[in-house]
Amino acid sequence: MNMEVKETTLNKKDKRNNDVLLEVKNLKTYYPIKGGIFRKTVAVVKAVDDISFEIKKGETLGLVGESGCGKSTAGRTILRLLDATDGQIIFDGDDITNIRGVSLRKVRKDFQMVFQDPYASLNPMMMVGDLISEPIRNFTNKSSKELKPEVMELLTKVGLPEDAYYKYPHEFSGGQRQRIGIARALALKPKLIIADEPVSALDVSVQSQVLNLLKELQDEFDLTFLFIAHDLSVVKHMSDRIGVMYLGGLVEVSEKNSLYAEPLHPYTQALISAIPEPDPRKKKERIILEGDVPSPIDPPKGCTFHPRCAHAMPECQQVKPTLKEVKPGHRVACHLYN
Amino acid sequence: MSVNTQLHKDTPLLEVKNIETAFSIDGQYYNAVDNVSFSVKPRQIVGIVGESGCGKSVMSLSIMKLLPKGIGKIKSGSIQFEGVQLEQMSDKEINSIRGKEIAMIFQEPMTSLNPVFSIGFQIQEVLFNHMKISKKEARLKSIALLKSVGISRPEKIIDEYPHQLSGGMRQRVMIAIAIACQPKLLIADEPTTALDVTVQAQILELLKDIQKVNDMSVILITHDLGVVAEMCDEVIVMYAGKVVEKTDVDTLFHDPKHPYTKLLMGAIPRMDEDVEVLSSIKGIVPSLKNMPKVGCKFAARCPQVMPECTSITPLLAETDEGHEVSCLLYPTSRPREGVLHNEYGS
Repeated sequence: MNMEVKETTLNKKDKRNNDVLLEVKNLKTYYPIKGGIFRKTVAVVKAVDDISFEIKKGETLGLVGESGCGKSTAGRTILRLLDATDGQIIFDGDDITNIRGVSLRKVRKDFQMVFQDPYASLNPMMMVGDLISEPIRNFTNKSSKELKPEVMELLTKVGLPEDAYYKYPHEFSGGQRQRIGIARALALKPKLIIADEPVSALDVSVQSQVLNLLKELQDEFDLTFLFIAHDLSVVKHMSDRIGVMYLGGLVEVSEKNSLYAEPLHPYTQALISAIPEPDPRKKKERIILEGDVPSPIDPPKGCTFHPRCAHAMPECQQVKPTLKEVKPGHRVACHLYN
Repeated sequence: MSVNTQLHKDTPLLEVKNIETAFSIDGQYYNAVDNVSFSVKPRQIVGIVGESGCGKSVMSLSIMKLLPKGIGKIKSGSIQFEGVQLEQMSDKEINSIRGKEIAMIFQEPMTSLNPVFSIGFQIQEVLFNHMKISKKEARLKSIALLKSVGISRPEKIIDEYPHQLSGGMRQRVMIAIAIACQPKLLIADEPTTALDVTVQAQILELLKDIQKVNDMSVILITHDLGVVAEMCDEVIVMYAGKVVEKTDVDTLFHDPKHPYTKLLMGAIPRMDEDVEVLSSIKGIVPSLKNMPKVGCKFAARCPQVMPECTSITPLLAETDEGHEVSCLLYPTSRPREGVLHNEYGS
């Protein structure tokens, strides 16, 4: 079993080609804050503020950051669950930023989402079989009955017994519910799956089951993942490349190993040093960040991280740094590397 | 307090012996904490780790006598704090210990602070309860406490309300309230679980400093093995209400003995090494109602299970000095002839 998985992942790396599946250009998502008697927009929350990245076919891009950094909003905007304020989302060669109606419905088939809370994301009144076949029924004229063999196959694929078909979500544990969520996301054979904190509600032993499953399925179905999480060690385990977000912006994007071996942005350095490691013999230098993340309503001028940065220079207060390639495959937005 | 002065380094501050805490489900009682014994020495940080439902929080509520009335109760066993039996105390007696001698901080700092009272009021409440102190003194002391937990502008914050603070700040306020009367023992139940990693690092650092400055003992309850490695001296691993392994932190991470502990270690993705497949534990923790009555509770999920695991209940016993394991793979855990189902006693 172990060997098998290893071999397939090796194959995957070969299969991974340079075709870009998703390209995000200068994406911005702002939430308006309304006030006064006329409900005028009095301010905006810059949840996602000018981010650009691309995901290649068969690759997993991890998006990490602390709560409120805009990683989930970015995921939802890409799925077109939220409207982008500005920028472009190019999926499989087509600009999908502003498409509506039938054409939006058509591309929706190709991307699916796995949500964080396996308790809230499944309809408690629906049988598991119906839950999983619903996305397929949405796009074809087939009935639940006709789709049964297909659903049964999906259930086995995600490691659930076939009799789960007739059960209801409350009869399952958190880990099993997340498997149902994954089966549902796979039902339409999507090209891209956005997993938004898929394991953060689970215990470690169950978390590892679900992470292993996601990896196996990726090899089997040649899936592309955007993996959103706050846990850096989980993201490291899952991703090929990683983007680090802070206050709505991407501060660093890099190949996984380069990022963890040599984080360049001071925020990434602090973030990585903050993770408690499960080894009491390792005493590492910890960078403790002062204060809290500033409000995204009124983010600091220049580099958004400068008020908390130990290396801040006068320039940082004035000019907002942009992502620049410092090493091959390693981009960082910081004035230290100019 | 004369007991206190007699304490020397190795006399335990808290001694929990064979505690059984049960919850009633449909009129029947089921053990959520099953025969747990451990002790906390002065100035020691003891970690209790385990997954959700393993009984680690119930353990802490039992010590504080905060179990929900009519639903949960301590069935047997003893909890000794500085030579006093806590489990037999009346509500009034325990109130003089709670918050003064033993304090507690919880996971969710938003729900454990009262939203309609100011920060200052909530700190002073503890002070007025346990000390003879004037209003003015209490206010000054509250400001000093806020300062000691690293809150800048304490003179302002004291008059603010919980919703005006961030998660990390609220947890700092909780810690300030907890240490207001300089307790000897602090029980921290998942104190950083709701916080971001960088804030978690701040709070853990603060807890360590405060523990040293105040000469406190700490019971740290967590599911995060990284936090345990960082903070604790001694560790207790719990599974399904039972202690499966108990040892010092270094031994636990470098020579884990119980199959459950080993699997748990392999299940976390590591920062320092690459693994393609994480170890996972098949199945889930059995519910209280379906808990096996005899045998090892982990047997159904254990990769090293043997036929006798379902019929013989393993004892928690020392395999090496200071390293206790409850698993039939180790001869020390096998009950002696004739006392097959006798549980571990002290």
